[in-house]
Amino acid sequence: MYADMVTARYYEERLQEEYLEGKQPKFDISAGPIPGELHLAAGQEAAAVGVCHHLRDDDVVTAPHRPHHVAIAKGVDLNRMTAEIFGRETGLGRGKGGHMHLFDPDVNFACSGIIAQGCPPAAGAGLAAKKRNTDSVAVAYLGEGAVDQGGFLESLNFAAVHDLPVVFVVEDNDWAISMPQERVTDVEFASKRADGFEMAGVHVDRDDAVAVYEAAAEAVGRARDGNGPTVLSVQVHRRMGHFMGDPQSYRSDEDQEAAMDRDSIERMAAHLRDHGVDDEAMAEIREDAHARVDDAIAWAKDQPKPDAESAYEDVFTNPPSGVTDTEPEFDLAETGGEGE
Amino acid sequence: MTVDRELTMSRAVVEAIGTEMRENDEVFYMGEDVADYGGIFDSTQGLLEEFGYDRIMDVPISETAYLGAAVGAAQQGMRPIAELMFVDFFGVAMDQIYNQMAKNTYMSGGSVSVPMVLTTAVGGTYSDAAQHSQTLYGTFAHLPGMKVVVPSTAYDAKGLMHNAIRDDDPVVYMYHKRLMGLGWLPSPTGPKTPVPEAEYTIPFGRADVKREGADATVVTLGLHVHRALDAAATLAEEGIDCEVIDLRTLVPLDRETVIESVEKTGRLVVVDEDYRSFGLTGEIVSSVAEEALDALEAVERVAMPDVPIPYARELETEVMPAAADIEAAVRNVQ
Ligand SMILES: Cc1ncc(C[n+]2csc(CCOP(=O)(O)OP(=O)(O)O)c2C)c(N)n1
Repeated sequence: MYADMVTARYYEERLQEEYLEGKQPKFDISAGPIPGELHLAAGQEAAAVGVCHHLRDDDVVTAPHRPHHVAIAKGVDLNRMTAEIFGRETGLGRGKGGHMHLFDPDVNFACSGIIAQGCPPAAGAGLAAKKRNTDSVAVAYLGEGAVDQGGFLESLNFAAVHDLPVVFVVEDNDWAISMPQERVTDVEFASKRADGFEMAGVHVDRDDAVAVYEAAAEAVGRARDGNGPTVLSVQVHRRMGHFMGDPQSYRSDEDQEAAMDRDSIERMAAHLRDHGVDDEAMAEIREDAHARVDDAIAWAKDQPKPDAESAYEDVFTNPPSGVTDTEPEFDLAETGGEGE
Repeated sequence: MTVDRELTMSRAVVEAIGTEMRENDEVFYMGEDVADYGGIFDSTQGLLEEFGYDRIMDVPISETAYLGAAVGAAQQGMRPIAELMFVDFFGVAMDQIYNQMAKNTYMSGGSVSVPMVLTTAVGGTYSDAAQHSQTLYGTFAHLPGMKVVVPSTAYDAKGLMHNAIRDDDPVVYMYHKRLMGLGWLPSPTGPKTPVPEAEYTIPFGRADVKREGADATVVTLGLHVHRALDAAATLAEEGIDCEVIDLRTLVPLDRETVIESVEKTGRLVVVDEDYRSFGLTGEIVSSVAEEALDALEAVERVAMPDVPIPYARELETEVMPAAADIEAAVRNVQ
């Protein structure tokens, strides 16, 4: 878990550097080597690793617009994910999806940039597992701001009434862009919403990967054993702005500093130290993680850009041919139609 | 009257909203990140300070609830403005938009009116991929019951916003992100125009001839007005004189101005940042064909091909209509 946490954190630091290239001194979102918006998840790693370390490749994860830490914890191909973020031909989506829309079917990972809209497909993956009698589970990640969305609430009911093997993981970083939680809901923790659907709800009140791991053991286990869904909310912190370029003028300095002070990676390191892992071993883990990230970024930047013509490919799996190209396969005379 | 003061499109929109809110207590604004943030696309900058959280309302990320609440408040005679941050997010609340907001007047036999404005950002050009870059003019204009406004300059944006808020019907007000004058997404120079301080309205259903010309009629709206004007400037050097028509509103649609122009030029190019099939380009071409087939010598459409909008810059550039594509189309119809 520590390795994935430091990989995710360093990955985002490196992405941030690359992203800002060409965007300074004046920030222009359409300049530089990484296109589009970029949402970083620094501070939220505990929620990613604590849950995903219970998952297998055949378990399904749907992630929202802030996906990198979850993708790394789920084992998404780091090189191809990076190539996708740089908009390259060998990226996961051939440069068509980008950072908010990462798909790696090998490890059953998908994303959507529309709030809470990964929840219904996760319920669908749970439904498929149940119908096929497998023991795979589905995990939908969403932010605390997303829990007011119909797609989430309807999925809770759907998953509950069908006892589906789904875990809804709410990463509670207190902010939905500029909107603090207390201004948009009277419900203190997202896990409380589970009550209304007669399903399990658990809240982890600190961004402690070990505590998340323990809570997730129960939630994922419940799903795998056929005992239905859970809402697991986890207190995390948003160290950065909502997206790169967000001036955060709505946020007090104290709030930002508090987020910086509560570092889940430091907490994890302390835990490891308590359990006899020495600093040298951790330094080695960090070095390996950094090397892996640097390699992925170097590899991605070296990848070819997509050929413009490929913009027209992949709209369909089975592209329709011209309607007039195909002759009907039956003969009217033989069917007893004309000429009888 | 000459006006020295130039405003960005976002400042012009905010000025109109502020004036209407000052004059009418029943006007209020709801949306995500519209209070402290001032709107992701600067659509409410500075309004919170004057009007407070009660009238510049941040809402939960629950589009069905707050867009539907705007319908309900409007039916009570209030004049809500509700912002859908990106038009691409319409799907989570489409029922409230097209089954409630758009149809209640008709289904009530005219006894109910829904005087609300739905504002929303449209458009690509900065590689934000398929869920954050669409224009969807056609989707909203296709469904009956909503007026659809698409300004291309600060002057138009202000006058159209005054009109939108005062209108007794639901109005969908679609602004292109690239035109708003955002610090982080530079605009072309065109949309920043002189804007009078006094209030004024621009009636719906009057297209604006942004450039007069004799050789071809280019019909478009939003960002592509500016691309068409760039193309026209290039073509002028080659001796091709384009008329550029900015539709400004899609519902109502000023077919007359378009037809008159085609009767003069004989050649029609329709440019749209929305998808090609089943949309605006087809609508304009068929309207002209129905009314003025004899005048029509040649037609071209320049639009987003029928593919989801790709992320990589090379791919987005390939599918996004550029000034060069408009030039080529105009040359083709000569
Ligand atoms: C349906 C929909 N509405 C609005 C948005 C715009 N939007 C993107 S992220 C976001 C805030 C999300 O907050 P939260 O769920 O808490 O996640 P966080 O960003 O904090 O990780 C909003 C409003 C969207 N993408 N989709």
